[in-house]
Amino acid sequence: MKYLDEFSDPVLAERLFDDIRALTTRPWSLMEVCGGQTHSIIRHGIDQLLPDEIRLIHGPGCPVCVTPLEIIDKALEIASRPDVIFCSFGDMLRVPGSGRDLFQVKSEGADVRVVYSPLDALRIAQENPEKQVVFFGIGFETTAPPNAMTVYQAKKLSIPNFSLLVSHVRVPPAIDAIMNSPDCQVQAFLAAGHVCTVMGTREYPDLAARHEVPIVVTGFEPLDILEGIRRAVRQLETGEHTVENAYPRAVNEQGSPAAQKMLADVFEVTDRSWRGIGMIPRSGWRLSPKYREYDAEYRFSVTGIETEESTVCRSGEVLQGLIKPHECAVFGKECTPRNPLGATMVSSEGACAAYYLYRRLEAPTVNAPAANTPAKEASSVG
Amino acid sequence: MADTAPASASAPAAPDFSGWTCPAPLRDHERIVMGHGGGGTLSAELVEHLFAPAFGSDVLAELGDSAHLTMGGARLAFSTDSFVVRPLFFPGGSIGDLAVNGTVNDLAMAGAVPAYLSCGFILEEGIELSVVGRVAQALGDAARTAGVTVATGDTKVVDAGHGDGIFINTAGIGLVPDGVDIRPQRAAPGDAVLVSGQIGVHGVAIMSVREGLEFGVEIQSDTASLAGLVADMLAVCRDLHVLRDPTRGGLATSLNEIAGAAGVGITLDERSLPVPDTVANACSFLGLDPLYVANEGKLVAFVPPDHADAVLEAMRAHPLGKESVRIGTCVADHPGMVVAATGLGGTRVVDMPLGEQLPRIC
Repeated sequence: MKYLDEFSDPVLAERLFDDIRALTTRPWSLMEVCGGQTHSIIRHGIDQLLPDEIRLIHGPGCPVCVTPLEIIDKALEIASRPDVIFCSFGDMLRVPGSGRDLFQVKSEGADVRVVYSPLDALRIAQENPEKQVVFFGIGFETTAPPNAMTVYQAKKLSIPNFSLLVSHVRVPPAIDAIMNSPDCQVQAFLAAGHVCTVMGTREYPDLAARHEVPIVVTGFEPLDILEGIRRAVRQLETGEHTVENAYPRAVNEQGSPAAQKMLADVFEVTDRSWRGIGMIPRSGWRLSPKYREYDAEYRFSVTGIETEESTVCRSGEVLQGLIKPHECAVFGKECTPRNPLGATMVSSEGACAAYYLYRRLEAPTVNAPAANTPAKEASSVG
Repeated sequence: MADTAPASASAPAAPDFSGWTCPAPLRDHERIVMGHGGGGTLSAELVEHLFAPAFGSDVLAELGDSAHLTMGGARLAFSTDSFVVRPLFFPGGSIGDLAVNGTVNDLAMAGAVPAYLSCGFILEEGIELSVVGRVAQALGDAARTAGVTVATGDTKVVDAGHGDGIFINTAGIGLVPDGVDIRPQRAAPGDAVLVSGQIGVHGVAIMSVREGLEFGVEIQSDTASLAGLVADMLAVCRDLHVLRDPTRGGLATSLNEIAGAAGVGITLDERSLPVPDTVANACSFLGLDPLYVANEGKLVAFVPPDHADAVLEAMRAHPLGKESVRIGTCVADHPGMVVAATGLGGTRVVDMPLGEQLPRIC
């Protein structure tokens, strides 16, 4: 894997660590927005090797983590129906709803299938015309275009037994919400490279200017992340707050016009609730009226869902960067990957799971600070 | 080493399932989920907390890949394995090869010379005879290559829709040479941790055909009998401490099992892990960790430090061990835990997987 190896070269990494140390004169808090970045940071031990002054805050960019409990419960209800084949990416199967997960529904006889592409779900619909095939469409601007294209194809090919359970979210409104929080500790963002591959960087200059916060677009390999940190620290030290692209091999200002066109055709922007964070205006997508018949919520009339969140899990605060995973009193005790109380412990991109899997050796004994959930999020602790 | 003395004459009382409550680790699941077969924590708990107490067997209590038995003065290893792989044929092998090599390797990991196999076929109504014939031929060929005799067998047919074409169970028995005592519990601080070649190949080969994923080049399974390789290793060091073929759950699972069984820590150097480009690419694409991907023709060995170089040399001289490397060391620190030094100089815990690895969403 020569291409990727070049972006984890230890000699080049050491140079970047040296640069970051040389640049850093005081404490800075940087948020990596995406769960894939969090995974890479913890997986490679990058956070251990940075100067003590640099604090990385793990952001809300794990799509599995932020999918609302209500949607998970709707998925469980739809998947339980005997005439349904429910298709999902693998890591959604272990996300706990109110009391159970898709794996358990599968063990009770439901036809739940892991697929690697939404188009696989469409093929399953074509092969099983007597069944309703539902694909669980979650994720950010990265997974939304292929899901949109699948719905487009379903309509174009007149495949009547396919539908999408939609819980797509958008990154820029989340950054805005984090910066608007009175408890915000973030001083710079590492924006998610793959999101910008699709959407370009055009959405960020306004955010950077309005909140006076540096935003550096980064990739996911170790050198990508270190270069992003280096640029963010340089801006912070010099008092700048611009958008920089540290991932030019994949990202440009315009993004992918084809993907954006597909999104605009199939989806419309809507307010969306984020698990653990709460409602963020205009932060999500739903199917546009033209494609409403492919909306699984509409097709299956899933109503009357009563959700029940853990009362002790603090993943909402983890998602907002207000606490580190091990500062939650139940981390690694009642809450582990085998018995996750919140979604951040389920997905390997979740900050809690990443800490549990990779950093348990040195995680300090838990001394949880008092809960400090902002009022607007108090109703939806993850 | 347990003996095979008959159990107590008074049969144990049947479990009272009406009042039976699962021990704590099983409380989260009222039903079997796929993860119970994934070879990770859930699988281990199922055996440890449900099967082992129900069976009440001292021999089973060691929970090794093979049971160690003594019969008529002979030291035997005895093992069984079931094969439910889909598809039945894949690049580099078939369910027939696996059914032999899987059990033969379990015996070899006890240092035994595999001798006899049993073979049980569970066939699904409707499967073509030609397919059964190809699988049987592959099984026979693999047995001849491994030098074992298929001594007994059984065939059952289940209704259409109640199987997956062909399921195979094999059991095997082999003789353990004098002076050989290979068990996970013998891992000791200072031991060199060696692996016999590139990891993750079988799992990625299966995924590439099962899920219809293409990774640019065809990836062949590494399924093979390791008995000859083990014999060559024992020829230069009778005192091998631990051998394990890291199948389901991959290298990470095997190392965690050994660390737990012996109460030792294991440190790995991530840069030394032999991950081929094809596997690294596929895992990167799917969001998987090669350390957790299944192998079928590799072994991991814990060798006393004084013998590590000689054993490594012997491994490299064998066709199945040409790419053997030292990947780490057994330590007294962090008992029960496997810790890897990352390529950048940090560290990470390499944990036991819960069940199957799940591809990440993005």
